[in-house]
Amino acid sequence: MGKTLFEKVWDNHIVDSVEGGQEILYIDRHFIHEVTSPQAFDGIRNRGIGLFRKDRIVATADHNVPTKNQHLPIKDILSKFQVDTLIKNCNEFDIELYGLGHPYQGIVHVIGPELGITKPGMTIVCGDSHTSTHGAFGAIAFGIGTSQVEQVMATQCLLLQKPKTMRITIDGELDDGVFSKDIILYIISKLSTAGGTGYFVEYAGSAIRSLSMEARMTICNMSIEMGARGGMIAPDDITINYIKGREFAPKGKEFDRAVKYWKTLYSDEDATFDKEYSFKAEDIKPMITYGTNPGMGIGITSTIPSGSEVENNVSFQKSLDYMGLKAGESLIGKSIDHVFIGSCTNSRIEDLRIVAGFVSGKKKAPHVTVMIVPGSKQVEAQAREEGIHRILEDAGFELREPGCSACLGMNDDKIPEGEYCVSTSNRNFEGRQGPGARTMLVSPLTAAVIAIEGKIVDTREYVNQQVPA
Amino acid sequence: MEKFNELKSSVVPLPNQDIDTDQIIPARFLKSTSREGFGKNLFRDWRFDSEGNQKKDFVLNDPLYSGSILVAGKNFGCGSSREHAAWALYDYGFRAIVSSYFADIFTGNALNNGLLPVQVSDDFLKEIFNKIEKDSNAEIYIDLKEQLISVVSTDLKEEFEINAYKKTCLLNGYDDIDYLISKKKAIEQFEQKHQEF
Ligand code: SF4
Repeated sequence: MGKTLFEKVWDNHIVDSVEGGQEILYIDRHFIHEVTSPQAFDGIRNRGIGLFRKDRIVATADHNVPTKNQHLPIKDILSKFQVDTLIKNCNEFDIELYGLGHPYQGIVHVIGPELGITKPGMTIVCGDSHTSTHGAFGAIAFGIGTSQVEQVMATQCLLLQKPKTMRITIDGELDDGVFSKDIILYIISKLSTAGGTGYFVEYAGSAIRSLSMEARMTICNMSIEMGARGGMIAPDDITINYIKGREFAPKGKEFDRAVKYWKTLYSDEDATFDKEYSFKAEDIKPMITYGTNPGMGIGITSTIPSGSEVENNVSFQKSLDYMGLKAGESLIGKSIDHVFIGSCTNSRIEDLRIVAGFVSGKKKAPHVTVMIVPGSKQVEAQAREEGIHRILEDAGFELREPGCSACLGMNDDKIPEGEYCVSTSNRNFEGRQGPGARTMLVSPLTAAVIAIEGKIVDTREYVNQQVPA
Repeated sequence: MEKFNELKSSVVPLPNQDIDTDQIIPARFLKSTSREGFGKNLFRDWRFDSEGNQKKDFVLNDPLYSGSILVAGKNFGCGSSREHAAWALYDYGFRAIVSSYFADIFTGNALNNGLLPVQVSDDFLKEIFNKIEKDSNAEIYIDLKEQLISVVSTDLKEEFEINAYKKTCLLNGYDDIDYLISKKKAIEQFEQKHQEF
């Protein structure tokens, strides 16, 4: 019987099987950052052991860094201590660190792909749930807890129970104004935040194949928001062309050999999945979330669900109360206070191009604050080279320095209590962007349109105003 | 890691569904570089207002309920991979979480810290909530060896699933690292033939 893409990569990394159904999985790349690594380093020190394969670890500072004046010392004492601890640990254990001030610094899931570290067929882990992003290359990539960070540091392996497999197929053509972010928000709204629990997902179908690498990353990034351990897309020419020539990509003959192998990474025709879903691209509209988990999403012109089934659900009601919204209500026309464009979901150069392409020559609505946080130093540099920074600044958008920023509100970039933030990030949990902050997840184009209009509108009515940046 | 054999305790009910890790421990409290001390910020924004005063209506502030077992609504622990969520629950004093569904990463993190996630059926969960509503002192008994959870002095009981390897780890207080380190030879052999492109 044929194998799925997931099974091919998984089987290629099994060191041994253990009683009780666990397997020892070898990990090719381990990304670490300042928040979930210090306790793991302590563990390694306490055990008196060293790192098993330090060359397989790459570090960056992203979660907790300021996005203004990164050349100055960090003001927040605790944040500074955490970032300094990462530097100290990387020095002590001789780990490659792309810290503040380094031209490669950025959000871990942005820099891995852009540096050519992320490649098809790999196993990749990081102490961050959105590690699933790297699955866009046909890698098995998933988030781990700090105890597991320590395990990988100590042995380059993890003990895992093999997840079940799911395939989600999207065929057809996307409407104008509908992006990969809308696809994934649509899928999560159909499957709910627990619909993927226990599964590793493969995204397939003509609508997925037509997407750029960056757009594919957006989809795989949010796999975790339906509970899945990760998401993958089989590598193809788009993948190969993206990797070619990048800093750490294989070169010359080695590249050709790699390509030959990468081309074997797809689900065989007779492979079976534990679960399959399929959707039509034409059914997907620009999406927005109205509640406090990413499964609570609707087409932007639709109304919030109503009826006794949802309205009798305490969690649903609590969520709407938190958001200051009502069942059955339309969001169109609702005034917005903040727009955040950033996070490992949507902070890459294509995202910034889409935003700049729309806002060029326009001005943001006076009452809205707009923060744009590029995913990496390289994205930031590219935006400057293309003149995108000027377009954004002319529109009244603030272009910051790279980091996770208001995606999780660990640094100063927080949304004030009770205010509405339309955000290109991945989580709209209560308090995610600051205590009491009300988050609505959207695509970069929808965010840009709302920033200009100051209220929620139908993105599709504005698509013709987009000019190439 | 502490051993886990059996546990009998009164419980804290939190029927909300989809309790995510940002509720369990908000990101702004993740700046510590040690594993300890997260309990004081457990459910921070549900427990305290912005001035740091206790919110009377939140269950952890309700003197009626206490104990080392948290009973929570479906899909507990969704969201981020932060192990700080498991540390915070443990640090606060919880030793077991009962729900009808757990997010994957949370389950792994909890098990790696001696915190037992007990997955029960939706019906059984409902029965527990009903019972606690009538009697806030109701106790739950969890027997890991037998994989059995019951409501004390009632005939309510249910078996629960747990990975056999993880069960042995908990019963003996072992963690995965010890085991993996013992497999170093096999790992090195694997590396010899493993090619990464
Ligand atoms: S941008 Fe947000 S989701 Fe992505 S790694 Fe940073 S905190 Fe996590």
